[in-house]
Amino acid sequence: MRNIASLMFTGGLVFLLLVIGAQLAFGHPGMQVGAEYLRVAGPELGAANLVTAILAGYRGFDTLGELSILFAAATAASLVLGHRRSDARRDPTGGLILRAGVELLFPLLVVVGVFVVLHGHLTPGGGFQGGVVLAAAFFLVMLVDPARGLNHALIGWIEGLAGAAYILIGIWALVAKGDFLAVMLPTGVMGNILSAGTLPLLSVSIGLKVGSELAGLMANLSDAEARDQ
Amino acid sequence: MLTWIALLVVVLMLVSAVLVLVLGNFVAAVAASSVVGLGLSVLFVMLQAPDVALTEAAVGAGLSGVILALALRRLGLWHLDEGDRGAAHPLVPTAKETDSNA
Amino acid sequence: MIEFSPMISVEGVIYAGAIGLVAIGALGLVLCSHLFRMLLALEIAESGANLLLVLTGFRGDSVAPIIGYGPAGAPMVDPLPQVLVLTAIVIGVGVQAMAASMLIRIYRTYGTLEMAELRRRMELDTAAAAGIPAPTSAQAPAGGRPLPPVPAFRPTHAARVRES
Repeated sequence: MRNIASLMFTGGLVFLLLVIGAQLAFGHPGMQVGAEYLRVAGPELGAANLVTAILAGYRGFDTLGELSILFAAATAASLVLGHRRSDARRDPTGGLILRAGVELLFPLLVVVGVFVVLHGHLTPGGGFQGGVVLAAAFFLVMLVDPARGLNHALIGWIEGLAGAAYILIGIWALVAKGDFLAVMLPTGVMGNILSAGTLPLLSVSIGLKVGSELAGLMANLSDAEARDQ
Repeated sequence: MLTWIALLVVVLMLVSAVLVLVLGNFVAAVAASSVVGLGLSVLFVMLQAPDVALTEAAVGAGLSGVILALALRRLGLWHLDEGDRGAAHPLVPTAKETDSNA
Repeated sequence: MIEFSPMISVEGVIYAGAIGLVAIGALGLVLCSHLFRMLLALEIAESGANLLLVLTGFRGDSVAPIIGYGPAGAPMVDPLPQVLVLTAIVIGVGVQAMAASMLIRIYRTYGTLEMAELRRRMELDTAAAAGIPAPTSAQAPAGGRPLPPVPAFRPTHAARVRES
């Protein structure tokens, strides 16, 4: 009986989505707001990557909301998992392949992460993508030697300072121009790293905050005690 | 031509999604969910969205798999062989390894 | 079947894929009895929804919204759904990490992740905390109220007449 009800529910959901979707003009979207952004974003902000220009420039406030959601999730996860007893059993250290691989991969991953974060306004990329790559790089080191652990105090400081930097740039824009998180600093020549005003600074702060948050979250998850430890 | 590639990737993705729910071994289910994320990333490139493809590849295929695998270890569901499900504690080496050393 | 030929395009194929993912995720959420599989199914449904969102901004023969990606002056796809989906993907991984932590906590407290067994153990736990005996039936979960006393049997006049 439960299976029949589940199938009927899923069938109804699929039917609803199909009917709604068939009325959308796939392939020829209306693009009323998007067309305006495409027309205006390049000359006004000087950024080549229009998605980052919208994310950190025109809709920077939504990005601030997303950063706070990530912060809430990471903090709640660490609260739920609780504190680890100091005498609980640890995972075994990584094998030879993992150690040798991490020695080669760690500098490459850090370089790629920093590159993606810094060039967020020029090429596809930005704060979130580069932050995730950086978090993975620092977590790999923890996988090799679980007993060392991450310095949670340092991670907390980096995360807090990066988030504060994002908000302080916004307040500076509020004081100077009257709009929270408006783009300050001259836009420069499109294609240089130092162009598009405060967009690279915002990308760097997003990247540092997301990277340290996710690294701390994964360190908490791998530190959590199992049931019979 | 592009339609056929998209069709192939979509079929691969849907088969992996069904496998996530059907496979008994949880490690294999987490690996299948990473395959879904990878197929999704290829589709995002085809839809001319390289930013979203980068994010999905890094997060959905990479970080999400790591988080789920770490959770599996703590939940006692990390079994690499079908044979010894529930036989040995997942954090000590199995009997086969210690016997080969002795 | 002339009206089906527009569906055999890139948008039609990806549209079917997105709806298929949402359907598989919804089925998994409702049918699975193991909590970890419910988490995986939720993640699949989320991916399907993100794919559907990015698909609404796609325009045939357009390039990515990055200046310098394609020839100058070429039409670009809609950047707004891409911005929303970027946010949604990152929030999705945060939610997954939070759900994984809660699963670890549940496993640490109750020792199982199967729904039926978990429900039984939670009922035992609740009953023990409330001080009432464990529930024995679904119709009387708090142990039921005592039955009214059965009246003693007194033979009727017709039965007494029949016996004599």
